[in-house]
Amino acid sequence: MPEIKKRNTNWLKVQSIVMKGRAFIALIVVFVLFTIIVPNFLNSTNLVVMTKHVAIYAILAIGMTFVILTGGIDLSVGSVAGLCAMMAGGFINEGITIGANTYYPSIPMVLILTMGIGTICGIINGLIIAKFNVAAFIATLGMWYVARGFAKIRSNGLTFPNLVGREELGNTGFPQLGAGSFLGISYSIWIMLVFMLVAIFVTKKMPLGRHVYAIGGNEKAAQMSGVSIDRTKVGVYAISGFCSSVVGLIIASQLVASHPMTGDSYEMTAIAAVVLGGASLAGGIGGIGGTVIGAFVIGILSDGLVMAGVSSFWQQVAKGIVIVLAVIIDQGQRRLQERVALTQQSEGKESV
Amino acid sequence: MTMTEKAERKAAAENPPSEQEEVIFRAEKITKIYPGTVALDEVDFEIYRGKVNVLVGENGAGKSTLMKILAGVEQPTSGQLYLNGKQIENSSIIEAGKNGIGIIFQEMMIFPNLTVTENLFIGREKLNQGIVSNKVQREETVRILNQMEQPIDPDRLVGELRVGQQQIIEIARAISENKRILIMDEPTSALSNSEVTVLFQLMRELLVKGVTIVYISHKLEELMQIGDYVTVLRDGKRVAAAKIRDIDLSWIIRWMVGEKQGMFTYYQKRELGEELMRVEDITLPRIGGGYSVDHVSFTVRKGEILGLYGFVGSGRTELFECLCGCAKDATGTIFIHGKEVRSKKITGRIMDGIILVPENRQVDGLVQTMSVGGNIVLSSLRKYIKGFSLSKKEEKKAVAEKISEISIKVSDPNRLITSLSGGNQQKVVVSRALLTDPTILLLDEPTRGIDVGAKSEIFQIVNKLASQGYGIIFVSTELKEVIAIADRILVMSKGKITGEFLREEATEEALVTASAIGHELKGGAHA
Repeated sequence: MPEIKKRNTNWLKVQSIVMKGRAFIALIVVFVLFTIIVPNFLNSTNLVVMTKHVAIYAILAIGMTFVILTGGIDLSVGSVAGLCAMMAGGFINEGITIGANTYYPSIPMVLILTMGIGTICGIINGLIIAKFNVAAFIATLGMWYVARGFAKIRSNGLTFPNLVGREELGNTGFPQLGAGSFLGISYSIWIMLVFMLVAIFVTKKMPLGRHVYAIGGNEKAAQMSGVSIDRTKVGVYAISGFCSSVVGLIIASQLVASHPMTGDSYEMTAIAAVVLGGASLAGGIGGIGGTVIGAFVIGILSDGLVMAGVSSFWQQVAKGIVIVLAVIIDQGQRRLQERVALTQQSEGKESV
Repeated sequence: MTMTEKAERKAAAENPPSEQEEVIFRAEKITKIYPGTVALDEVDFEIYRGKVNVLVGENGAGKSTLMKILAGVEQPTSGQLYLNGKQIENSSIIEAGKNGIGIIFQEMMIFPNLTVTENLFIGREKLNQGIVSNKVQREETVRILNQMEQPIDPDRLVGELRVGQQQIIEIARAISENKRILIMDEPTSALSNSEVTVLFQLMRELLVKGVTIVYISHKLEELMQIGDYVTVLRDGKRVAAAKIRDIDLSWIIRWMVGEKQGMFTYYQKRELGEELMRVEDITLPRIGGGYSVDHVSFTVRKGEILGLYGFVGSGRTELFECLCGCAKDATGTIFIHGKEVRSKKITGRIMDGIILVPENRQVDGLVQTMSVGGNIVLSSLRKYIKGFSLSKKEEKKAVAEKISEISIKVSDPNRLITSLSGGNQQKVVVSRALLTDPTILLLDEPTRGIDVGAKSEIFQIVNKLASQGYGIIFVSTELKEVIAIADRILVMSKGKITGEFLREEATEEALVTASAIGHELKGGAHA
């Protein structure tokens, strides 16, 4: 039997590495693929544009990673981004009217208010899930409708155009968020990097991160260990809501306008990025680094398809297939983990 | 294979079952590599026609795995199965069913939301032109239940039946499928004594009708009563087989346990200190009226092991839930070091010094996706925060300390928790509790599902902890375990404390009598 086991062990190691690095492998594949079929793919302006798109997906997906690591899901991120875009647009163009007075908040204030709104949406999701024991799918589906509905209500379904603000009201400068850059790299990419680093720190180095993994791995055991389930859950949905609001702001700023359908169907893109990045939808497995790579795969895939001249209908088909493939791989991962445990156990027997 | 193993095999061969009776089914050199080590190692197993073939072994010996292979639920890594001398492939449970082999699982496979009739015919509904014919199914159900002399209403939801009746439904299903070989995996574990009697009667009737039974149980007295042949597994190997009438209980125990020491010699005399915890009037109302925990008061002293004994449903689990903060509706007061505990939830109770080591490791204890180390520090993360973040160094130190203190066998704490054996997993859960610096440790069946060797280690750890000054409450359904380790024993029945015994006064009889108070129904309690 030893020779069977040895071969098994080596094969398992290879499989584990492929599984863990699947996002990275996929990234190389799409990159090489589009470099070959799209003539100007490696053109620098092109890469910058693409990275800006990726940044948006990645920020959403980072928030989503926290949620999925607890075994939950947040379907409302796209709608919340849309709501936040509309709220920001409203603040800039119409101000806040209280009674007869209209107050125009400064741009930093607009940002803070909008991020607050996104975070509150997330907190509401979290409270409904944690306190009323509603399935995350349902609670966030509700928020998906509600937030989108309010986004349309805010302007009666119309766009807030030309979000440049007015000098005399002191609220100019909003487009800078989307158009500006630092060291030649646009702000949205910096934001993605900062979010990524902070999120990595939180997941790896803070008790909250550990609690998130524990809840996803076994909620009951986490509870018995004294992990505060409700607080952690509300926390992760709040993080997701916060990330959504930032995405809404970036998009509105890039377009210098806010449209009620901002962020439509982005929830699916975010989930796909997370799963592609190696997270298990059952929770407990995955990480921020993988998610960001996953976001790159999805972003390059969709932009590459556009540049290759694939019709938008076929793009949908391609994305759908990638998402389902990712989940199939997720199932494989779980079985693989069992088998890794098995070999570790028999190895352990030998070494102890 | 070691020398002793060889000697054992030789000895087993000297005690073969007589060849008079016909072997209906034979498993040859079955090996199974399975999550949780090499579960079976070249195991041979014969089943005799029309007999009760008993399979015994400690937890983890491979009994359930072998049964799953016979029933087609699992596939062996290598080895052959022969039915009536012909080689068969039990590639699935359906295939095994066609070969006439049925299994009744340890965890019951019933559908509580369906009626008795529907349960009996699930997966092979009687059709009338493509439509399920309830009438035919119901008639058949009534016929089978009558034949079994079990007056159960075929239209009742199975979830409404008593556990014993649910078991009978499972057997009825096997009978209705015309199974020739019926595998029963610990069918009596959830049954009351009178229900066991009914089950045994039923089994004897089945034997008369030519059904062959394979029977697994931990309750050795039962085996001696019902069994014809016995096969002993140990550590995934077959170590002995015999006719039951040629052997006695001590023979089985000897083969099951091997050279390991006996387990009931662990009590160490300690000086008990001051009162650590006092609980007053703990009450938990039960849904549908009455109390699960009925005005319970007691104290625990420093260095004391307080045993808590009672049947399933006596309220001992619920009492623990009240103490650890799981039970929302619990009332009553708890004092730790004379100060009242104000927290209501688990997190708060842990900070106040009460922590539970839960009964079901897999469900309530372990985070399977995390490493051994990650599991150990999970409850005490706040201790390792340096500045804003967790200090890897501090964590590592704490983990290493506990691994050596509790002697957890793991080569690298970064390994997955699932790669450990049951006993070592249990030690991980205990270590986690200890890292929270508790005053009171609640151990709910800490020895459940681990082998005798690991059990003795757990007992030694419990003793050590008590002498270090922790107050320990220890729940077990195993009477002997409670008596072996506790300084004082509380007996619960129907939510009340019905007996309190000091170590010197505790006898099995006294405990059982106390645990039956409030249960005086027909047939009395126990011998």
